[in-house]
Amino acid sequence: MFSDYSLAELSSIFLMQGFAGLILFSVFVLMALGLAIIFGQMGVINMAHGEFMILGAYVTYFTSQLFLNYLPSLFGIYFFIAMILAFLASGALGMATEWLMIRHLYKRPLDTLLATWGLSLILQQVYRSVFGPREVGVELPSWMMGSLPVTEVVEVQINGLFVMGLTIAITVAVALLMYKSSWGKQVRAVVQNRVMAGAVGINTEKVDRYTFGLGCGIAGVAGSAFTMIGSTGPTSGQLYIVDTFLVVVFGGAQSLLGTIASAFTISQAQSTMEFFLSGSMAKVLTLLGVVVILMLRPQGLFVIKVRR
Amino acid sequence: MSSHNDGSDNFSSTRRRLLKGLAALPAAPLLSSTALFSTSAFAQAPATSAINTTGLAVTDTEVTVGILHSVTGTMAISETGSVQAEKLAIEQINAMGGVLGRKIKFIQEDGASDWPTFAEKAKKLLVNDKVAAVMGCWTSASRKAVLPVFEQYNGMLYYPTFYEGLEQSKNVIYTGQEATQQILAGLDWVNKTKGAKSFYLIGSDYIWPRTSMKIARKHIEAHLGGKVSGEEYFPLGHTQFNSVINKIKLTKPDVIYCAVVGGSNVAFYKQLKAAGIDLNKQTLLTISVTEDEIDGIGGDNIAGAYSCMKYFQSLDNPNNKDFVAAFKKMWGEKTVIGDVTQAAYLGPWLWKMTVEKAGSFDVDKIAEASAGIEFNKAPEGYVKIHPNHHLWSKTRVGQAQLDGQFKVVFETPELIEPDPFPKGYQ
Repeated sequence: MFSDYSLAELSSIFLMQGFAGLILFSVFVLMALGLAIIFGQMGVINMAHGEFMILGAYVTYFTSQLFLNYLPSLFGIYFFIAMILAFLASGALGMATEWLMIRHLYKRPLDTLLATWGLSLILQQVYRSVFGPREVGVELPSWMMGSLPVTEVVEVQINGLFVMGLTIAITVAVALLMYKSSWGKQVRAVVQNRVMAGAVGINTEKVDRYTFGLGCGIAGVAGSAFTMIGSTGPTSGQLYIVDTFLVVVFGGAQSLLGTIASAFTISQAQSTMEFFLSGSMAKVLTLLGVVVILMLRPQGLFVIKVRR
Repeated sequence: MSSHNDGSDNFSSTRRRLLKGLAALPAAPLLSSTALFSTSAFAQAPATSAINTTGLAVTDTEVTVGILHSVTGTMAISETGSVQAEKLAIEQINAMGGVLGRKIKFIQEDGASDWPTFAEKAKKLLVNDKVAAVMGCWTSASRKAVLPVFEQYNGMLYYPTFYEGLEQSKNVIYTGQEATQQILAGLDWVNKTKGAKSFYLIGSDYIWPRTSMKIARKHIEAHLGGKVSGEEYFPLGHTQFNSVINKIKLTKPDVIYCAVVGGSNVAFYKQLKAAGIDLNKQTLLTISVTEDEIDGIGGDNIAGAYSCMKYFQSLDNPNNKDFVAAFKKMWGEKTVIGDVTQAAYLGPWLWKMTVEKAGSFDVDKIAEASAGIEFNKAPEGYVKIHPNHHLWSKTRVGQAQLDGQFKVVFETPELIEPDPFPKGYQ
């Protein structure tokens, strides 16, 4: 398939393809990070993760409408405000969910799967009844659209760069929070041994609530960012949930580094194969690869060594 | 005994109240004259026993039909418009006096985007409610699920979506276009006006895009002398198209031919734009984007692309102006009307005309009488039912505008004959 093209064309295409893989990588990390915190640190299988993302997307939509109608001069920067609002909205909903539902189910991790799945159905119907069944189009400030021409053929998407920057910022923030702050220490203590953590005076309930809220809040930010690349409708969250779980489980549930490594592997594999094969085939082969590796390493790529 | 007395007391008191009420009305004479008028209308209407020999839900004053669409689940996005159009048509028919002197009453069921549910609800409508006809279904999967039910219990289904063809049933009237009607004219147009020779085919991975692309490929290779430079399918709900966009940039096709559906659509066009592909320069022809989809995609992300459909909201004819005005009056100024919505609007009208031609609600007689039914007031223009139960219709190409509407740039001069089993394309 390459015989018709000059060397310059080929090299620029490979450059762009590499960049496409990096964008996909950022997208995967961004959507999986919130889930990795909740699933990895708390052992809760949050099937409603996608719906928390879509809440963020709807918040972004309404913020954009608000700015369009009342503050058109500041429209260029509304997206940053929308992301903060999305974080707060999804985080608040997450904390409420934890308080009303999840905390009663900590001893029954499989039941959280069913309960959060129910929650996802309820949220979908709420979105549909409140915001309408049709998808909404989120308008973006013009500086976020289009691409930067690097050479004649190579073009770099601005929204791709934006997602990459955002992913790096959030990942660094989460890593600092988890591994450098005293709150992060408390979270890790609770994960390793809930009873002992309680005995030394950590308020485990509070830690749980904030951890869950943080995970959902990050999902909200991800949803907000994804209005640039995907659709915003009541069931759009379902588009992301499978890939998200794939990344988290493949990476090893309890390791943030594992999540990042797994997102990188899966995204590069998928985007390379999509280039050489058709889209459906690439997906099948990716899933097949993940299944085989998980059969050999059931814990995922990275595992924290804990004495059981 | 005592209970009988109670009853008569109640009755007389009601009558007394009623009489009092009537006396208070200054317009009582007018009221009785309307009553007279409506009795005379009934006198003209044929007796129920004559026009309903199979026990359908038809009374002297009413006839019941079913509406079967998803108002919950993934498909609610698409099917909402169809439900709205069918309700509008029923209301308008009732305002004109109904069908054979009977007002249409509808029972709405929710298919919930789940195909077995569709089959179950179809059975409920036909067996329990004994509806005279059903307006419903959207996806091919839901139609395939209900088809055996309609054939077993001998019901009548009016199906609005453009679809892949390869089907024909006594119990279904297909008011949307089958694949060859929609595809061939559009390909011919793009070949002639843009000199297009190479095509890149992209679709979601299920039966409709795959069958449509097969027809498109045959036509491109055998009749247009062109070539297919790539053919790709993506799982439903796929949101990452950067790799295929790079491939498109590499192969530089004359036309991107596209049948991506649902949420994927939004991702696809947003990423095309972000990748710097200007749809005013790169020709893109889609068979899966109507005004409904543009709502989610955003007009500025798709402006310049061409869509091949039988109906656009912007069609300039008096029928359509009335239809759009009535639709917006009923459902709000901001609602948009896509191809399928218009096709769904045809269902109740075609059924009414067929019933009147057959002089009966019996399904067998309607199936028989359907061929040749003509509808002059259709928003898309004149349509006619073919003996194969599909519609003769024109095909149009529209160019997407920034405001989310299409500008019609081409229209086939003649109605295109429906050909659900096209020879040489299978």
